[in-house]
This record gives sequence, C-alpha cells and structure tokens, in this order.
Amino acid sequence: MMLPRRNPQLNAHGELVHLLSIEGLPRAVIHQILDTAGTFLSVNDREVKKVPLLRGKSVFNLFFENSTRTRTTFEIAAKRLSADVINLDIARSSTAKGESLLDTIANLSAMHADMFVVRHGESGAPYLIAQHCAPHVHVVNAGDGRHAHPTQGLLDMYTIRHFKQDFTRLTVAIVGDIVHSRVARSDIHALTTLGVPEVRAVGPKTLVPGDLREMGVRVCHDMAEGIRGADVIIMLRLQNERMSGALLPSAGEFFKNYGLTPDKLALAKPDAIVMHPGPINRGVEIDSAVADGRQSVILPQVTFGIAVRMAVMSTIAGNTA
Amino acid sequence: MKILIRQGRVVDPATGRDEVTDIAIAAGRIVAIGAASADFHANRTLDAQGLVVAPGLVDLAVRLREPGHEHEGMLESEMAAAVAGGVTSLVCLPDTDPPLDEPGLVEMLKFRARNLNQAHVYPLGALTRGLAGEVLTEMAELTESGCVGFSQAEVPVKDTLVLHRALLYAATFGYTTWLRPQDPFLGNGVAAKGPLATRMGLTGVPVIAETIALNTIFELVRDTQARVHLCRLSSAAGIELVRRAKAEGLPVTCDVSVNHLHLTDVDIGYFNAAMRLVPPLRQQRDRDAIRAGLADGTIDALVSDHTPVDADMKTLPFAEAEPGATGLELLLALALQWGEEARRPLSETLASITTAPVGVLGEALGSLASSAGRLVAGGVADVCLFDPGERWAVEPGALRSQGKHTPFAGYQLPGRVKCTIVAGHIAHEAF
Repeated sequence: MMLPRRNPQLNAHGELVHLLSIEGLPRAVIHQILDTAGTFLSVNDREVKKVPLLRGKSVFNLFFENSTRTRTTFEIAAKRLSADVINLDIARSSTAKGESLLDTIANLSAMHADMFVVRHGESGAPYLIAQHCAPHVHVVNAGDGRHAHPTQGLLDMYTIRHFKQDFTRLTVAIVGDIVHSRVARSDIHALTTLGVPEVRAVGPKTLVPGDLREMGVRVCHDMAEGIRGADVIIMLRLQNERMSGALLPSAGEFFKNYGLTPDKLALAKPDAIVMHPGPINRGVEIDSAVADGRQSVILPQVTFGIAVRMAVMSTIAGNTA
Repeated sequence: MKILIRQGRVVDPATGRDEVTDIAIAAGRIVAIGAASADFHANRTLDAQGLVVAPGLVDLAVRLREPGHEHEGMLESEMAAAVAGGVTSLVCLPDTDPPLDEPGLVEMLKFRARNLNQAHVYPLGALTRGLAGEVLTEMAELTESGCVGFSQAEVPVKDTLVLHRALLYAATFGYTTWLRPQDPFLGNGVAAKGPLATRMGLTGVPVIAETIALNTIFELVRDTQARVHLCRLSSAAGIELVRRAKAEGLPVTCDVSVNHLHLTDVDIGYFNAAMRLVPPLRQQRDRDAIRAGLADGTIDALVSDHTPVDADMKTLPFAEAEPGATGLELLLALALQWGEEARRPLSETLASITTAPVGVLGEALGSLASSAGRLVAGGVADVCLFDPGERWAVEPGALRSQGKHTPFAGYQLPGRVKCTIVAGHIAHEAF
C-alpha cells in the first residue's frame, strides 16, 4: 500500500528545477554546477561584470530569517546574471502581520516572480514552497532550519576542488556544532556523493550525535583524533544560544577543547586548508592566527560563492518542471 | 424499529463466534442471533450476504473538536465520520477549548451528542483544571456528568507531586487515569530522535522521553494502586516496560494508534506534514514491537487517535504544522490491513477495536459494560456491517470528517463499511 515519491527538486527527466538539498543530487549534476561556476568566475573579473542569462527574470530574495551576507551574495549573483532582484525582509514584514507562508508566496507569485531564494528558520520550508508555487517558478534553498544550505555546500565543494583537485583521496574534518548546522549536513551529503573516503564530524556529544554515522561520517569527540592527517578542516560557527541550552558550559571551554589554534592545526597535513562558512567568531571556534593564516581559504570561499550561486540560478532557470 | 440482518458472516470476538447466520434487532437490542422467532416481523431487512456482521467499533481516542475548535471539526461532521467508519462508541479527549474540566461542559457535550443520535460518546474529563497540571478537577462531579476517566491529553503533568496526588485521589474512588507517557522536557521535538531526524535537521524526541515517563508512572501506580490507562505508546522499549508491568500485576492497560501500527519516520519523506503526529513516528523496530505487542495482548486496544486538523494548520513547514491526522473512517480498514499482513484471524483483529477497548473502559461504561463491543442476545444493538473483500482508495476529499489530512491518502485499503447500527437504529448505510 506504499506510494512512490519523487525527489521534488528534479523534473521527470531528472533535471534540476529547484535546489532544495544536496542529498540525492547525482555526482554528475554537482560537477556540472561546479564546472559552470568556473566559467562564471571570469565574469567577476571583467570590467562589466554581467552576463544576460537571466535578463527579464525576477528573482525574489525571501529571507524569513535575517542574513546580510548570504542575501547579498545571492543578490550580486542574480544581478550579474542580469536578473531583476527584489529583496524582501519577511522577518520584519508580512509574517509579522500574521500572513501565512503560502499566502506570502501566492502574493509574490502574482507579481510574476520567476525565482524564489528562500531562507527560513524551519527545516523543510523551501520544500513546502516548491510544492505550492507555479510550475515555472524555481526555488533555491538559501538555508532552512538545521536541514540544508545547499549553495554553501556547493561553494565549499568548489573551494575544495579548486585547492585539492581530486576528492577521492581526501580526509575532511568538520568541526563544531554539527547537530544545529545546515552547512554541515549539506557538506556531508556533498562530500560523500563526490567520493571523499573519510569525512569526520568533530565535537562534543551534545553537538555531534552518534546518529551522524548513518550519513557516512566518522564521529570523533576528540579534537586531535578528529583533525590528525586531515586535508581539509571546515570549522562551523558556534551560536551563543548553545550555552543557554545546556549544550556547552561556555565559549571559552569550547575553544579550549575544539577551537582551531595553530598547535592543533599542526596535527593536520602540512598543506591542509581551513574553511569556515562565516561569519567567524574569533577566539570561539577559530584562533585569529589560523583565520588569517596562510592555510585559511575563508575569503576565497566568499568569492567562489558568488560564482556558484550564479551557476545554480542559471542551471535551474534553464530547466522546466 | 425492527431490523433483520440476514445471512451475514457474524463475527463476535468476545465469544469467538464466526458463522453465517441472522441477527434480529428490536427496541435497540439484539433479540436473537440465529433464527428469529416466527412472530418477528422486521420493518427493515438487510441482506448481509458476503458481508461481515461485527460488533460496532469502540475507539478510545477521538477528538471531536467541540467546544472551541469548531473550525477543525464539528460534532455533526465528526459523529458522521464515526458511524461511517463503523464506530459506535468513542472516547473523546478533554483538550477542547475550554478543556472538559467542569460538569457543565461535559453535560453540554453529552446532550449535543445524544441529540445527534449517532455513536455513544464517552468523554474523558480533564485531570487538572485547565489541564494546567496544578489543581485537581472535581472528579466525582465530572463522573456523574458522564466522564469515564481523567486525562491530561497531550499536556504532561510536570510536577510529580501533583501527579502522585491525582492518582491517589482517583484511586480513592476507583477512577481510571489516562496518561500519555511523555517526559515534558525530553518530549519537546517534532520527529523521533534517530538517524532520520538527524539527517533532516528536525528536533528529535528520544525513546527515553517515553520510558522515563513510564517508569515514573509505574512507581506511582505501585505506590497508589491507581488504575492507569497508557495512551499511544510509540517505542519498543516502552512496550517492553508495559509488558513487565503487566506481568508484575500492576493495574495498567494501554493503546496504540493505527498510524504507528503502519508507519515509521521514513514515511515523513520530504517533510510531509501529514506525518506530523504525536507521539512522533518511530523506527522499524518500534513498529515491529507495536505489532507484536498488539498481537500478544501487551497492548490492549488499537485507536484511531482521530484529530481533525484545519488545512491552514497543515500547510506549514513540518515543525510548525499542527500534529494529528483524521482517523475515524480509517480505523477498521487499517486494522484489517494489519490483520492481513500479520495473517491474523478476523476475529482476533476485530478484538483490538471492539472487546479489548471495552475491557479498558470496564465498569465506567455503566449499563453498556456487559454488551458493548460484542454481539449478545439481549445486549445493545451496536453493529457494524462491512464488506471485507472490497478494497477502496483513501480520498481525503471524500471523508466525512472535517479533518482531511491523513498519512494514508491514496492508499488502497481493505474493508468498506456498509451499514452501522447504533442502539438499534441505522446511523449509516452505504449499500
């Protein structure tokens, strides 16, 4: 009596029409987006930083949760594709007046939106939007609850590929608040899909649950074990509210055990790169000497992020439901 | 009204009767099973060839949504749903608005239900005023007005001292307390803790939220000897604790919902809010334990956990969606589906939704205690006629309940109710 379910981000031909999660994306699709992003990188270096791929299209940035950085990179990406960009700070407008999520979407659809870039505090919210918007409208998940942040995952993969080329010989350590991190989940899905043989999740038991093993990662509660021999270290941002939830005693104690210092970084491979989705908390999860050090690729990540978001938007806009 | 049900397959789980015969009904009672006397002249004869004639179903967990939540269900629609599902007796929860914490509210509900003349309604009174977990309700008054037990619905009593005293007080008068075992702090989550919740980024409710609450309840039962009915168990570990408590002789009974009998957390799929249920759906091994527990009698009753939810409250992100599913019209079919899969005799399958729940209610049923949920000459004529061979597709729009949300939309299920008789009158027919 079971019914089949189709991955809602793919059309009947298996093409990407929304980007909701990296989970379930074929390896070839990921590489294709990264390849496309590579071609857009040069656009960013031109004097006129625009290509006409989304000319005449309207991209709505719907941020139900505040974010300046991610919204700005999406805005830049859409504008470089020549789209019209409308930023809606929903956290302070319609929902505050009691309008439901789907009513907001219906209203904006009536304004002839072609693409929604959605950030929402609840896991799965972009799925609901994708299921209820008009067939020609595309949805990009810009972060939903703890579930997924697929463009961040893709830009992290672009960064790793840029510096390390081959995924199939790497050891990647993701350190910090994994349980609350949509970035960690998207990275894990991307890394395992791309054939990284060892992905480690590093942190205390309150932030790194054993269930993560079923996503194909090695769970390490000891920092030294977690980063020893790593090629890539992805540090996660630690939110202040973790301390009030009895998950950690203090930021200071977290830094003592899991903060990335030059001493700890020395345990990784000499050419290991250090990544962070930003914004960084200096002295909480990462020492300034590491964040600003020669192994840090945190700023290139930001640059690549624009090209990757251009690639995602142009790819899905080219496919029809 | 005299009704003759002719040549149906009469299945009575209480006696194990399973034979093709007639049933004669007059003045609200079954007057004969087998050949009726020659002077019995029926006003209505129902041809039941090919149909099963079973006792009307007894559902221990229904939300009628009155008073206070009329946008999600009305007595009219939900009672129509009950009889369309073959349910002739139902226990309704006190989590209305206001909660059923004073006799006037209960009397009004009973009065409204009686006027509709459909299923028998047995309300659970609130255990504490406003379900706030602080002050006891007037249990004797509420019992006189028709309550069959006392419940906190989904609101756990946080204060163990209050729960201890509530059980002591209830035990004084022999009232049954209905509790859903869930730790108030560990229970804050929207999916079962486990690999799926972790992968999807949903907050998880661990199994220990259930087992810690069960252990607390069992200690309190040992101390007070209060009778407790445990509602909607969800975990293998929880069922094992109940099994041991029963073996020890503690006066406890329990139920599970049809949703948990068939589904697991994997069915959440891509954040399908129809699967947002309380307690959350757990894993395969838990579902297996629920099935085994129901089969071996550790779990007394199978319930619909009928919860009509407004469409607006379900078209929300998973965690924000209101928990619950419509169920009255699916209870029989989902029980039969389980019976088929587990290869159980029809009579044993039906016992979980007829005699066994009546056993849970016991003397609280009053005059109906000796004949509800069974087919006995001289007993109340609560009867359900269904076609066991007819498979039907669950179409939410076609359900009578105001709640259209069910995890089983589109499923093909066995067993179509053809006629429901409550106290000798035909409350539903679909021949």
